[in-house]
Amino acid sequence: MKHLLTTKALTREEAELILDVTEQMAEAVTGREVPKLPALRGRTVVNLFYEDSTRTRTSFETAAKRLSADVVNFAAKTSSVNKGESLRDTALTLQAMGADAVVIRHPAAGAPQRLTEWLDGAVLNAGDGTHAHPTQALLDAYTMKRRLGGIEGRTVAIVGDILHSRVARSNIWLLTKLGANVRLVGPPTLLPKDIDGWPVEVAYDLDASLKGVDAIMMLRVQRERQNASFFPTANEYARLYGLDERRLALLPDHAIVMHPGPMNRGMEIAAAVADSPRATITEQVTNGVWVRMAVLYLLLTAGEAR
Amino acid sequence: MNPVKLIKSANLIGRGRQDVLVRDGRVAEIGSLRDAGAEVVDADGLVLLPGLVDLHTHLREPGREDAETVLTGTRAAAKGGYTAVCAMANSYPVADTAGVVEQVAALGRAAGYADVQPIGAVSIGLEGRQLAEIGAMAQSAAAVRMFSDDGHCVHDPVLMRRALEYVKTFGGIIAQHAEEPRLTEGAQMNEGAVSAELGLPGWPSVAEEAIIARDVLLAEYTGARVHFCHVSTARSVAIIREAKARGVQITAEVCPHHLLLTDEAARSYDPVYKVNPPLRQESDVAVLRAALAEGVIDAVATDHAPHAPQDKECEWAAARPGMLGLETALSISVAALGGPDDVDWDLLAERTSRTPARIAGLEAHGRDPEPGVEANFTLVDPSATWTVVPEGLASLSRNTPYAGMELPVTVEATFLRGRATVLNGKIAEETTE
Repeated sequence: MKHLLTTKALTREEAELILDVTEQMAEAVTGREVPKLPALRGRTVVNLFYEDSTRTRTSFETAAKRLSADVVNFAAKTSSVNKGESLRDTALTLQAMGADAVVIRHPAAGAPQRLTEWLDGAVLNAGDGTHAHPTQALLDAYTMKRRLGGIEGRTVAIVGDILHSRVARSNIWLLTKLGANVRLVGPPTLLPKDIDGWPVEVAYDLDASLKGVDAIMMLRVQRERQNASFFPTANEYARLYGLDERRLALLPDHAIVMHPGPMNRGMEIAAAVADSPRATITEQVTNGVWVRMAVLYLLLTAGEAR
Repeated sequence: MNPVKLIKSANLIGRGRQDVLVRDGRVAEIGSLRDAGAEVVDADGLVLLPGLVDLHTHLREPGREDAETVLTGTRAAAKGGYTAVCAMANSYPVADTAGVVEQVAALGRAAGYADVQPIGAVSIGLEGRQLAEIGAMAQSAAAVRMFSDDGHCVHDPVLMRRALEYVKTFGGIIAQHAEEPRLTEGAQMNEGAVSAELGLPGWPSVAEEAIIARDVLLAEYTGARVHFCHVSTARSVAIIREAKARGVQITAEVCPHHLLLTDEAARSYDPVYKVNPPLRQESDVAVLRAALAEGVIDAVATDHAPHAPQDKECEWAAARPGMLGLETALSISVAALGGPDDVDWDLLAERTSRTPARIAGLEAHGRDPEPGVEANFTLVDPSATWTVVPEGLASLSRNTPYAGMELPVTVEATFLRGRATVLNGKIAEETTE
């Protein structure tokens, strides 16, 4: 593994290795007075974020620092891919500075893959357009593994704006690779066209899709999508596809409620559900740091001397 | 100097091996001829085609001379076997006045590598709001007959209707870039299984088909001529087929890349494969090939679209759409029409030369050699192959999607009014007539 661009490109063995190392990271650091490991001392990790995401950037920064790496936050303040320095020139600059790993978030799908053509260091995709967000999927898988005791044979419903969701795409490839059944639920306007070849079930009716679900993942839905007629109103969306207490009661008792954040309370998820003990939302945030430690560690040490 | 030339032992379509004598830029004689002091071009084993005619070329001059100039673009055309190219209107400034189209035509004459027939804009600034001075462009020295807002669709149905009616005064034609703009907002690649996976916003085939269907009806209603640029989908072919059967005056072109490549290429995220309309699916490619052979699609047109490196060495979404085509179109057309061993050369000449010349109204082009006809033709080696090396292309730009591919047939020579623009596979450096 030289880069982490998508979960689709991971083998099952690689994915399982990442999840195993994630667990080791959590165990190694939890409860320590100084929650830090020396594994990446002297290595430079660059956070190259073209989209505002304090959550994800902070998670990566925390992960790198806990491994003793030097972290550089490269300000890429372009709101548009057409303005400012080109991605290639930025890559050549980072290359010249000797970045060992670049964590990139970019509004254009495929930008991390392009970056690998111009950089020698490891490229870690922290979200590209509506394409992929592999560490989010890995932290989701890790959370399921912890809460459900495993992933093989479990049924996961992913609900909402699949079309615009890199989180959904990365989860589909990862979870099915790890043996889960994945059920996509949303209005046809928010499902990509021609996905018959995907290894998933597709449904439009949320109530009918709750049976036998072990984990339900609610995707963030932007209210503004109503302006482009993806759905009539936010209220109608919440009524048809929001997870409220009534629907929560229809889920099996052991089922967990996940959300990649940030949430739109009252839209895709009711406040009471978000705050219920069945929701794993803050746990996902904690697990995100362990997963990102594992990935940085594996990419930068090639897993040596573990 | 334009000496008398004797092209020896060329394989003429439908006539077998013949010698062709060229004098004063025209064919003087065909038969078994003696050289009698003429400059001899050995064409043994070569096929003589009427010079190729491109209905759809972006020469980028004026405005983007860093990507291509009329000179470099027509050198690339000659290298690809073309003797005439129709220059699209989306230059800077836009070719929406008599002044700009005359400038482009003059640059073409000065370069001397291929006849450059400017295409005029339908609307001022390609903005789709107000008709450009179509009459002035038609009456200018450039004698424009074909008008297009290519790169943009004439999507306003009223503007399209008026344009169609207006060009009837001089037998003009509107070349439509069929793309319903609301259906393609933000679109990056063909909408389908691959775009779903890659997370690139889709360009649905119906956005092309909806406009073609509408314009078929407008052409029928107004009795005017519509030409459809770069037809890319199977359903577009079905609509065109049905309309032609009804006798509607429409013609259609297909681009080489739509005859060979599919949206699978986008998996690399390399914008060299980004083009508008986008690369479609295998099933579309098959239908387009069959439609070209059958004649439902009238012509191959390159949509040669050179781009500077910075416009392609970037993220997919930031890249400009378009790919080079002039130097590879003949090879890909041969491949799409059955390959070098099975291709019907007469059909190939029809789709790449005679029909496009007729559509564009270029009377001196697309003519098979007969005494008195302008000597615009190309000699092709049907048994040779070549490998595409971007740095080796005559175009100023490098954005070919075929880098590293081995393609059939080579252009050995191209003649424009009897003068070799390409000889022995090399571009001639002296072109003044």
